[in-house]
Amino acid sequence: MYSKMLSLRFPKTIVNEPVTVNLVKKFDLSFNILKATIYPRKEGLMVLELSGHRKNFQRGIRYLKGLGVKVESIGQDIRRDEDKCFQCGACTAVCPTGALYIERPEMAVIFDREKCSACELCVSACLARAMEVRFNKSLLY
Amino acid sequence: MAQKKFTRTINEINRKIKDGKVVVVTADEMVDIVKKKGPKKAAREVDVVTTGTFAPMCSSGAFLNFGHTKPAIKASRVWLNSVPAYAGVAAVDVYIGATEPAEDDPLNRVHPGQFKYGGGHVIHDLIAGKRINLVATSYGTDCYPNREIKKKVTLADLPYAVLLNPRNAYQNYNCAINLSKKTIYTYMGVLKPNAGNANYSTSGQLSPLFNDPYYLTMGLGTRIFLGGAKGYIIGPGTQHNPNAKRGKNGIPIEPAGTLMVKGDLKEMDPRWVAGVSMLGYGCSLAVGVGVPIPILNEEIALYTGISDDEIFTRIIDYGKDYPKGKASSLGLVSYAELKSGTIRFDGHDVSTVPLSSYVRALEIARILKRWIEKGKFLLAEAQEMLPTASSYITK
Repeated sequence: MYSKMLSLRFPKTIVNEPVTVNLVKKFDLSFNILKATIYPRKEGLMVLELSGHRKNFQRGIRYLKGLGVKVESIGQDIRRDEDKCFQCGACTAVCPTGALYIERPEMAVIFDREKCSACELCVSACLARAMEVRFNKSLLY
Repeated sequence: MAQKKFTRTINEINRKIKDGKVVVVTADEMVDIVKKKGPKKAAREVDVVTTGTFAPMCSSGAFLNFGHTKPAIKASRVWLNSVPAYAGVAAVDVYIGATEPAEDDPLNRVHPGQFKYGGGHVIHDLIAGKRINLVATSYGTDCYPNREIKKKVTLADLPYAVLLNPRNAYQNYNCAINLSKKTIYTYMGVLKPNAGNANYSTSGQLSPLFNDPYYLTMGLGTRIFLGGAKGYIIGPGTQHNPNAKRGKNGIPIEPAGTLMVKGDLKEMDPRWVAGVSMLGYGCSLAVGVGVPIPILNEEIALYTGISDDEIFTRIIDYGKDYPKGKASSLGLVSYAELKSGTIRFDGHDVSTVPLSSYVRALEIARILKRWIEKGKFLLAEAQEMLPTASSYITK
């Protein structure tokens, strides 16, 4: 099982087409949509978690890109300032995907960007404010 | 023949430090040594045990003197990067408290507030060598006619800067859960509803006061690691309560002893003094403190050998009980359980969340160990011990 949080930007030419459902039908993938918007100029933005077999996942992404959808992984956009982070673990209270977790017995606080859903809960829960959003914040509001 | 009771003095330890023959171990290493060899043998082999803790410690702040200006001012109100400092002392002396938010902070008007910048951040920025905007106003006097000054200062510009924390290194602290039905934002971090998580804040077996539960080796004058530099214990901290409830092993099971500490800000390292923003609660300062425990006898060796599974704290509901001032224990939990990641509460597994950095605490204990081994840090005899438990005195 492979799962990734993605942002998809649709050009206005395909915003009316049923794209997401094809990911299920053609590629046996499942999805969880966190946000979907169509902007005034008809471009669309969707933030979703896409899961399935790794090969199917890659085929699905190729399908999307073939249609002209701009696909970006979201996990790469939340960053941790390693100088600021003092490894307490307060963030693990709010992280819903387990991207922030404690490695035992060392008690080191690990940030696994692959698992990050970019929900941003850690950003304000971090005592040291070490978690940074490094992309257009409007993606999630 | 009865074995002679083993004792050692701080002077003897210092002589060994100077001769390069001192044996220093960190508190977590001492746990294994005492378990394997027993306190008698451990006391004979180990001279000093180093401890450490790194966590938000709200009762912290700095005394600063910003030097006389031309014309002179008797500052009555002072702001550092918009954070008010207490100016009700001499003309150009101020105290900047860790939890003071910037004056224009929206606080909790939109709950939970962010508290992005406060006194703790000012102290961190000073230590990091950053320029700070200083504004002072006054009513003007014959000797100090100036009514207002505005200038940029760095730590190097300040004639005097001392970290003086009224309460650090709490000996124990509550394990916080939330039994209410909504998420709450506390000084113990974010607590999810219906006991969604259990937060705690101590370095357990590494924590300074857990290694000397009756304060037999520390008091006014004890030299310590503070904020990356040498500092001193200058007495019991506020709320120091030696008579808190203790387990059979002498370790308190509720908040007990505290330390008042001081150190020269100019010698400190920003890595060990960090501004903190607590969502919905306020600003604070994470402080690194490490106390060397001299192994003066077998009893102290025994205490330094106590491990996380022998140290307990109370679970307290911060949803309903604590805000009402009726904090009652919902059960005891050991630090070994808390560090494992989950505790059993009311028939459920609850995930645990530390606010205290064990990684940094261990780093402090190791740095202090290195300082002592290399002869850079001598132990200092306390001139007046911290008040201990009345039960210990009558023992």
